[in-house]
Amino acid sequence: MRLKSWKELETGVVILEPGNSVLYRTGTWRTFRPIIDMEKCTHCMFCWLYCPDGSILVKDSKVIGIDYEHCKGCGICARECPKKAVTMVEEVKARMEEAK
Amino acid sequence: MAIKLKEICNQEDKIAPGHRACHGCPETIIVRQVLHTITAMGKPVIAASPTGCLEVCTSPYPQTAWRVPWIHNAFENVSSTLAAAWSTYKHFVKLGKIEDRDVKFVVFGGDGATYDIGLQFISGVIERGQHILYVCLNNEAYMNTGTQRSGATPLGAWTTTTPVGKVVPGKTEHRKDIVGMFVANGIPYAAQAAPHAWRDLMTKVQKAVSIEGPSYIDVIAPCPRGWRFPIDQTIYMSRLAVDTCMWPLYEVENGKYRITTRPLEKKPVIEYLKAQGRFGHLLLPENKHIADELQRKVDQDWEELQKRAR
Repeated sequence: MRLKSWKELETGVVILEPGNSVLYRTGTWRTFRPIIDMEKCTHCMFCWLYCPDGSILVKDSKVIGIDYEHCKGCGICARECPKKAVTMVEEVKARMEEAK
Repeated sequence: MAIKLKEICNQEDKIAPGHRACHGCPETIIVRQVLHTITAMGKPVIAASPTGCLEVCTSPYPQTAWRVPWIHNAFENVSSTLAAAWSTYKHFVKLGKIEDRDVKFVVFGGDGATYDIGLQFISGVIERGQHILYVCLNNEAYMNTGTQRSGATPLGAWTTTTPVGKVVPGKTEHRKDIVGMFVANGIPYAAQAAPHAWRDLMTKVQKAVSIEGPSYIDVIAPCPRGWRFPIDQTIYMSRLAVDTCMWPLYEVENGKYRITTRPLEKKPVIEYLKAQGRFGHLLLPENKHIADELQRKVDQDWEELQKRAR
């Protein structure tokens, strides 16, 4: 991302694009990756509610997956899931599995 | 209005992902819950934050995580800043320059900005009766600068300015009763809440923004870095704080106390102390008297609260 020079800045250094932090990928901070077992999931939404990063993807009141670009891998979803449908897998192993 | 998770989960997050909060940060969980509640009520929000963790991690220039209009100001005066925005809004509505959309004004401050540095300005807002909601994200120390003691730090806690050694066994004073202070100040609505008890928190937010006048909600924010516990235990620690009565959930409406959620079984405080590194030294036999004093204070406060809530 190219930073603006001081002449191009808005007056009062106001940021005019709401929520443009999505461009920053906090997913690279992750050591453990949460994986949802969709067969166990009852769509109770507790993972969505307790996620600090808003990384649980929801469509029509159903959990559809995890936003791995922003998930930091804190593991709150895995701990709070009443059905134990979320497991934390080492990121390295998950990536190796993906590369296969 | 009862809020249903199945309905609010379809709303867009008002705080975008990509913010730089630490792993397992409770502050963004609380902010999401508060903003989702007000959005579900169909009201627009204008937010503000004083200097602190939340401000730093949500607004690294040139990016922002906020999807609502948001102002940052200094530790001291953010409550006055937002109160002034409210007054301006009201004035413009009166002049007919803008239409009245019943905008809600919310401050998200840390405990340093609330208990210590910004206290006189908040008391000013309460005295002037300006219609803002002040949400304190209470992580019980100055976490943004690396865990220094604040007026909200409990007795015996380790911080970098109350280090544990041969001379000092952590913080030597109890924390302030800030809700009591604001009630004495004449606030129409004040409450204590916790992020694990989401329904309780959301009901309190609904009440607070519907009341004409200032309101205050103190939300406990268990900080994995400062409290020294694993990053996935944030919500568990909030639950434990309520179950041990370290953080009772109650509200005060026009001076009338009401306990909103009682623990099913009141657990001993030692369970809370054991779970956190900042209280690790209190488990040693020579510091047992501090743990006992903490338990005595918690029991006394809980008795006092039950008397007031009758």
